[in-house]
Amino acid sequence: MSTTPSTTSTDRRRAARHAAAAALAIAAAWSRPGAAAVGGSEPAALSDAQVARISSLLIQDCGSCHGLRMTGGLGPALTPDTLRDKPRESLITTILQGRPGTPMPPWNPFLSPAEAGWIIDHLIEGQLP
Amino acid sequence: MMRRLLATTLCLLLGACACAPQGGGDLGLVIERATGSVQIVRSGPRPAVVARVEGLGDLSHATAVFSRDQRYAYVFGRDGGLTKVDMLTHRIAARVIQGGNSIGGAISQDGQVVAVGNYEPGGVRLFDAGTLERLADIPATPLAGGGRNARVVGVVDAPARQFAFSLFDTGEIWTVDARDPRHPRATRYPDIGREPYDGMITGNGRYYVAGLFGEDGLALLDLWHPELGVRRVMDSYGRHGQRLPVYKMPHLEGWSATSARTFIPGVGEHRVHVLDNDQWRETGAIEVLGQPVFIVMRPDNRQAWVNFAFPDNGKVQVIDTESLRVVRTLDIGPGVLHMEFTPRGEQVWISVRDRNEVQVWDPYMVKRIATLPSKAPSGIFMSSRATRMGL
Repeated sequence: MSTTPSTTSTDRRRAARHAAAAALAIAAAWSRPGAAAVGGSEPAALSDAQVARISSLLIQDCGSCHGLRMTGGLGPALTPDTLRDKPRESLITTILQGRPGTPMPPWNPFLSPAEAGWIIDHLIEGQLP
Repeated sequence: MMRRLLATTLCLLLGACACAPQGGGDLGLVIERATGSVQIVRSGPRPAVVARVEGLGDLSHATAVFSRDQRYAYVFGRDGGLTKVDMLTHRIAARVIQGGNSIGGAISQDGQVVAVGNYEPGGVRLFDAGTLERLADIPATPLAGGGRNARVVGVVDAPARQFAFSLFDTGEIWTVDARDPRHPRATRYPDIGREPYDGMITGNGRYYVAGLFGEDGLALLDLWHPELGVRRVMDSYGRHGQRLPVYKMPHLEGWSATSARTFIPGVGEHRVHVLDNDQWRETGAIEVLGQPVFIVMRPDNRQAWVNFAFPDNGKVQVIDTESLRVVRTLDIGPGVLHMEFTPRGEQVWISVRDRNEVQVWDPYMVKRIATLPSKAPSGIFMSSRATRMGL
């Protein structure tokens, strides 16, 4: 995984709210650039470094439960067919906050809402990096 | 005479290096999970990649078992592929897509039957180890709503040509008598606890252990006394503190044990639990730097090497099994996914996914002795697993 320095204070607060202390320390080391490049696409465009980092996270870390090709495993399949009818915002919330009562953990120590949105958009479109 | 002539001709055709007769005991298999390929590697004084075999499909979470003569590896792919790889000729000897989504499997005590555990369709299928012909289909418990069966985890071989496995969705352990592999007989043990995530069998084949994700503890089946059913051990498991979010499921493997103790990864904890092998009581816990994934015993049992879940997956810690202390913390590199010792333990091989390399360490000097290129390597499987129950 590529790592890049610096974390915004909001990220730190979010991590502190949701993650255990150990995860917090890692989140700081695992942070991302504070400012994303401004772009016209909806939602906010991400920097190349962000895209590289979350592409790798999507394939390797989401993939460890959902399958490298997102066809499911212990976690459900995340293919366009399975996601199409679900509201984008609730899918983003699932990534950021996890699903209590299931093995799905909260990823907000490691992902911003814009980054989670990028992941959801790519999953819905079936465009795996 | 004719045969020798033929052999000589073959030698000339293939090039000299492929011809000297060789044993397969120091070969191993490395899963290159993103590219659907495997590397055949050789351990020993000059660790080397011998060959790459391609065309094995989706190898996320792939595992392998070996034929009893160690010549063939059976690789279980996520896409339901079961591939028989010839370790000596570096070719795919047979391949079937046997299910839609699988997680692993086992080879029977006599080496004649390969069992594959499937998520989709949920159940276990048995195959002839020679031809990969399907011998039997054992559907798991149907789930409410119809259409799907419970997902299978932790498939192992067990004595008397049995297999044992667990059902994630319905909380069961099953054993299957495969002495007549076309007509296997299953025995169900329901209500073992919520969401068993993996299973293992002890090296002597006596105890099958399922780790629970949905609640604390382990489910234990004594195969010497199956009539006593499954009992729960280590109920305090995970209750030492609040459980952390789990970013990668831990694994249970038969060789996380010494003769006296078994080492179990905590779920959602930065802790390794120590159980005594007689009573299966927790006798200690070792604080480690992250959530343990694999705990691998050096064959002399003096050390256990531990790797960790995201985001601590760049490090490995070494536990002294006598003092139960962490004696070394190693910065290996990004994405340490698996570790495998050579049969007598003079080397440990470590896959470092995000650096595209396999590192070979001398565990006594705690020193890296070789680095081999590999494409996003995950599991490493030495052919000596062929001789071990449950591996």
